[in-house]
Amino acid sequence: MNALELQNVDMVFNPGGENAVAALRGIDLSVEPGEFISLIGPSGCGKSTMLRLVGDLLAPTAGSVTVNGKSAPQARLDRDYGMVFQNATLLEWRRILANVELPLEIMDVSKSERIQTARDMLELVQLDQFEDHYPWQLSGGMQQRVAIARALAFRPSLLLMDEPFGALDEMTRERMQMELLRIWQETETTVVFVTHSIPEAVFLSTRVVVMSPRPGQITKIVDIDLPQPRVFETREDQRFFALLTRVRESLRAVEEE
Amino acid sequence: MSRRHRSRAVGSFILIVLGMVALWEGYKWMGQTTGGTWPLTDIELPVRTNDRAMPHVWDIVSALFRPATRAAGADLLVVLLLRAAFFTWRSAVIGFAAGSLVGFGLGVLFVRSSLAERGLMPYVVASQTVPVIAIAPILVVWGGRLELPNWVPVAAISAYLAFFPVAINTLRGLRSPAATASELMRSYAASQNQVLWKLQVPAALPFLFPALKIAATTSVIGAIVGELPAGMSEGLGRALLSFASSFSSSPEKLFASVLIAALVGVFFVALVAIAERIAIPPTRRLKEDTTMNVTPRLGNTGA
Repeated sequence: MNALELQNVDMVFNPGGENAVAALRGIDLSVEPGEFISLIGPSGCGKSTMLRLVGDLLAPTAGSVTVNGKSAPQARLDRDYGMVFQNATLLEWRRILANVELPLEIMDVSKSERIQTARDMLELVQLDQFEDHYPWQLSGGMQQRVAIARALAFRPSLLLMDEPFGALDEMTRERMQMELLRIWQETETTVVFVTHSIPEAVFLSTRVVVMSPRPGQITKIVDIDLPQPRVFETREDQRFFALLTRVRESLRAVEEE
Repeated sequence: MSRRHRSRAVGSFILIVLGMVALWEGYKWMGQTTGGTWPLTDIELPVRTNDRAMPHVWDIVSALFRPATRAAGADLLVVLLLRAAFFTWRSAVIGFAAGSLVGFGLGVLFVRSSLAERGLMPYVVASQTVPVIAIAPILVVWGGRLELPNWVPVAAISAYLAFFPVAINTLRGLRSPAATASELMRSYAASQNQVLWKLQVPAALPFLFPALKIAATTSVIGAIVGELPAGMSEGLGRALLSFASSFSSSPEKLFASVLIAALVGVFFVALVAIAERIAIPPTRRLKEDTTMNVTPRLGNTGA
């Protein structure tokens, strides 16, 4: 059973009206469990929209979205996925530990279990020292790590990430990428990762999905056959550059059409 | 507040009070010496400065500690006024509580149902433009017909003035969280009530408390205004009326009553401010930046 399947998905905003915007057209994608998929494309190509379709935050105008063999709304109700946004979106009136506990509270997990799980998650992202801090006391990178801990707190099989490192500086970003890969390997989650950055997409993924400008279509899926686990040296690998070029060319080819 | 911060706050408060006294007395002295005009001009001063229109500050204060009336065994003015103030304040508190609850409830209703908001909001706004002084006698008469105790219509008028700022600001606060925060809650398949109590209400608190401070003052005003036509024997409304009628013989008593009435409002707002300090840590108090409060702000540590 695939972790994720999109079949012939269309997404039109304000359908039938003058403001109708075709965001996605004819999207077909299958993702196997444990993969790390990046969605990359020019601004407005619909990659964030696609992520929201998977998360049942939007409903497609045509086609089907299947998560773990279920419909997207069912998967959402079953809490099959966790989500991380570009903005960490931590609740500023709660301490870090309580922020990580939030999804567990909503799912009616007992207090002692919640606290223990939240602590384990903070340890996973190496922020257990900060459980009593408030979000505003942490840097952007640390807040994102808390957001990741929170997204994984209820152990979803799927992680949806919408440019989570977009607001961070380059060095923090590279460190966070290594962190994410480590967490991915330890938890064996399937990850769908939206990004603007070609090196980021190639470094992190098992496959890179290249999208066209609006209306977004999948132009190419690039297999990233770099060895696992990825290390800092991977970025200096010849194969890495070859793959960067392949992705870059796919993006450019689409834009020139 | 730190000890130094607090003593500085007290110090500046005292300075301001002294400054206002100096302004009052200074204006009086100026008017007496120039004979009622701005110095070096012929332009008349806006307020008369004789002792009848503007009693000296110490006359006003000392009037508080003299008997309120010439009747034998009369209480000191301050005692009479404090008793009246307590009576009025009790109605104001009940009205404040009722009005705030209604206001909060309306805010929740409007955030859940835009249909309700569109339908009811015009009436909510219109309710505030009707002059209270016109409604007060109507409510008092109804209260009498229904044989309710006389503080009930007064509390109703307080509630009437209190609910509006609370409703508007509750709605604004409940809507303040970022779109991503709402998406997050949706991704957790959170129920509407969970979204309300875990996200929207905590986000609304920095908007709610300033509205409660406004409601505190308006409920006191409402209570005093409500007492005026009620023909009530107790309360600040009655006290203000009777001292207004004796203005020509003892003006300082009216000023003293106004002072006490103002202090009631200040006291009430101070209570709300204390509640605010307990409910919201200082980093969250609403400052100039009123964009929603789920964005990260870097603090002192920079790890």
